[in-house]
Amino acid sequence: MSDKVVTAKEAIASIRSGMTIGVGGWGSRRKPMALIRELLHSDIKDLTVVSFGGPDVGLLAEAGKIKKLVFGFVSLDSIPLDPLFSSKRQGGHIETEEIDEGMVVAGLRAAAQRLDFLPIRAGLGSGVLPANPHLETIASPYSDDVYVAMRALNLDAALIHVNRADKQGNGQFLGPDPYFDELFATAAETTIMSAERIVPTEKFLDEGSFHTLFINRMYVSHVVAAAQGAHFTSCEPDYERDEAFQKHYVESARDPEAWAKFAERFLSGPEDQYLAAVRDFHQGRSEG
Amino acid sequence: MTTEATRAEVCVVACADTYRGVGEILGHAVGIIPTLGARLAKLTFAPNLVMSDGEAFFMHTPPPLGKTASSGGVLESWLPFGKVFDVLATGRRQSIMGASQIDQYGNQNISLIGDRSHPKRQLIGVRGAPGNTANHRVDYWVPQHSTRIFVEEVDMVSGVGNNHLEGFGTGLKYHQLGQIVTNLCVFGYGPEGRLEVVSVHPGVSLNEIEENTGFSLATSEVPTTRIPDDEELRLIREVLDPKGIRSREVPE
Repeated sequence: MSDKVVTAKEAIASIRSGMTIGVGGWGSRRKPMALIRELLHSDIKDLTVVSFGGPDVGLLAEAGKIKKLVFGFVSLDSIPLDPLFSSKRQGGHIETEEIDEGMVVAGLRAAAQRLDFLPIRAGLGSGVLPANPHLETIASPYSDDVYVAMRALNLDAALIHVNRADKQGNGQFLGPDPYFDELFATAAETTIMSAERIVPTEKFLDEGSFHTLFINRMYVSHVVAAAQGAHFTSCEPDYERDEAFQKHYVESARDPEAWAKFAERFLSGPEDQYLAAVRDFHQGRSEG
Repeated sequence: MTTEATRAEVCVVACADTYRGVGEILGHAVGIIPTLGARLAKLTFAPNLVMSDGEAFFMHTPPPLGKTASSGGVLESWLPFGKVFDVLATGRRQSIMGASQIDQYGNQNISLIGDRSHPKRQLIGVRGAPGNTANHRVDYWVPQHSTRIFVEEVDMVSGVGNNHLEGFGTGLKYHQLGQIVTNLCVFGYGPEGRLEVVSVHPGVSLNEIEENTGFSLATSEVPTTRIPDDEELRLIREVLDPKGIRSREVPE
């Protein structure tokens, strides 16, 4: 039986500059934030990032890691926009492939099935086609329909965060939605999966039915133990989104000076230092 | 005798009316007033309408307004995001979406303002608007009718308008724009696919609508928007929104 457990740092060392990476979760929900924070500490750059975007995109954009973003939206859910992403875009610093979110799904499905493209109606007639001249349409051989031929979004690596994993790389979600984590994993050459807790395989069914065993080990190369590894996004039922901290992130992100302080306090050290600073942040609020 | 309907309540009923005759499909509604409209439709003339909590669940009885299933209500089915794309592809869905811009042909923009390589303002992104408008009927809700929203031409077509249907064979055969409900009026689409005023909310003049719309409207005499009846007012005020959250979107 293979043991795929490594540290976040060791896992991220498998990522190279210029790669295309997919990030699991959705908006500000179950994002692999501990892995993203580890990426921020690396000297990796020029990434093409595919994401149902949340603060993962904001943080990577701000740190200058993103060459190109493939996305349908970037949102923090309870706060509609991420100011770090907005300011990088408004400065013209990021190349984008902005497509319908269903087209992102189709592109990942094509990659997972080792197809060049999958047909989809979404995108026809919209600004998505003029904005992405590399995307072609295709005539149906069976009717007069024309579809978008959504090009495969082949990923070099996928980063996902789950509630429970075993050492071999099986993953379990316990919240309301698996999001597209499995699709990201199947569309990628390698997948790095962090988990709130690593449990013995025989303990999986103690916490959820077999329907929750959504990621199998064939798709996973590295397993990382990361309690609070989705913070400050939600990771139900382990924890909800840290709304107070997200608000602090957004308020800091709107002002360069405040952002410098935020980055110094929360993002300058390793993960245990981050979690300690977050505890300190909440303690300060309850006392203040 | 019930007190007179507020503007917000007129808007709720106008949103509800977009679901007339739809049958057993997913009523997708973004915003407080569209959500109230869909819930009112379900309680009155569209009992088979399917409603989600905005996240992963279909609700037999809805959660509190603006909240998800974790705050209450009774679940009837599970529909994670992945399955939403399957539902819209089957056509069993009808949406009331918001808009940052809408133009004279009903193109909608939620992506960005300005030039797309260097936007003046990056907004949320096209999201599912291209796919929604390609697959099922879409209506829009505009709580603040202004020349900032109603523009001659949108900066990035997210939801597809009536002038962009050519060139794809029959690929856009399911495209259907319904109505646009604003805080001032209800728009429909004329024979050329251009916006036209269908009805004016009580107390609003055509002149006021023209002044707040950034393109010309072929206006003539139009009727007044339907006023909620006593039962609808009771449902809105006592059952669906007893806290009066609707007035946050359209103040009295």
